[in-house]
Amino acid sequence: MYNFDFERPKSVADAVKALQTEEAQPLGGGQTLIPTLKQRLAMPSKLVSLAGIDEIKGVCKDDQNRLCIGGGTVHRVIAEKAMSEGFPGLTGLASKIGDPAVRNRGTIGGSLANNDPSACYPAAAMATGATIVTDRREIAADDYFKGLFETALEEGEIITEVKMPIPEASAYMKFEQPASRFPLVGVFVARFSDRVGVGVTGASESGVFRWTEAERALGSDFSADAVKGLSVPADGMISDLHGTAEYRAHLVGVMTRRAVAAAQ
Amino acid sequence: MSPSISLTLNGEARDIALDDPRVTLLDLLRERLALPGTKKGCDRGQCGACTVLVNGRRVNSCLTLALTLDGAEITTIEGLAADGTLHPVQEAFIENDAFQCGYCTPGQIMSAVGLIAEGRAGDDPERIREGMSGNICRCVAYHGITLAVQDATRSMTPLKKEDAA
Repeated sequence: MYNFDFERPKSVADAVKALQTEEAQPLGGGQTLIPTLKQRLAMPSKLVSLAGIDEIKGVCKDDQNRLCIGGGTVHRVIAEKAMSEGFPGLTGLASKIGDPAVRNRGTIGGSLANNDPSACYPAAAMATGATIVTDRREIAADDYFKGLFETALEEGEIITEVKMPIPEASAYMKFEQPASRFPLVGVFVARFSDRVGVGVTGASESGVFRWTEAERALGSDFSADAVKGLSVPADGMISDLHGTAEYRAHLVGVMTRRAVAAAQ
Repeated sequence: MSPSISLTLNGEARDIALDDPRVTLLDLLRERLALPGTKKGCDRGQCGACTVLVNGRRVNSCLTLALTLDGAEITTIEGLAADGTLHPVQEAFIENDAFQCGYCTPGQIMSAVGLIAEGRAGDDPERIREGMSGNICRCVAYHGITLAVQDATRSMTPLKKEDAA
């Protein structure tokens, strides 16, 4: 690691102030950032640890039936609370991220801020039409994700909360790369009374996306058969040693059908 | 002035000054506090050899900056055996030959202690394997590890009435 200054604020306001230094970077659970620093792939002037900020931790339900998840909440807690608040699809997603030790430290805010093209939460955020709340504004999921590792966040902006509408039925299916457990393709399907959301992660070179064609088809007939004839073009899909673009495009259809079947 | 942290390490209150913010919990234990039982494998959160308990939950100590642990309670492999008596998980690992070279074993044992405390796996082998999936054993002693965790779970968890029936 290159050297850095270090601050441990206790409030969001103090964290925002600490992040005003040029090249300062927030540190969530560190499950991605610490390995990145160890490989000298990042050189922040200062790390601002968000771990001591209690006001951004915890999960509750608001009066609009949205699950409100503090940005500093770890995956394990999200998995537990989503189940008790009636959102088992999110439990399924959160309880399969990495391994148990990672889930005890990694946070949803860190994952969404990093926006790894293979991260799991972005699929749920897109499918449910989540709202990303920061220290200064609210951003709709559709406007938030900007491509690989890019988001609408400004320098020094912190995710304080994620508000996810709780669907009537939902499921997440990922085709795992077995060593890392990152999805080669992951699909989150969420059925609401008036619409269906389909969020796809791991597949596209432009990051997470909504498969709107499948959303329309599932909106009138929520069954695996309804999306059987649909496919996404291989053009623009990620191609690497784990799978070709054509393979990933194929998996989008397969994982969507499996997610719909699991959500029923 | 160096930043400092106060923590409870294996039951003992410690105040620790750190001259460098980059020190991970793993390096703090091994290099500065003379507790080399916790092992460094990959040093990037993939192998689980460095697993310790922080506030009763297992974490990869290599991915945890020591400065983020002010006020935390840490348990390492050195803190498991009380008064010279092995912890039931340690006993079970010996009983079931749950290791070969032994390098991953402290991490495996700490992870097993955390898993049993979570109380979700019970003695179901498939759930135990999933719950231990963050700990890699290159000697592939997985069969013995699963048996050891099953044994330890049974010896540490009182039988429920309905199970006994």
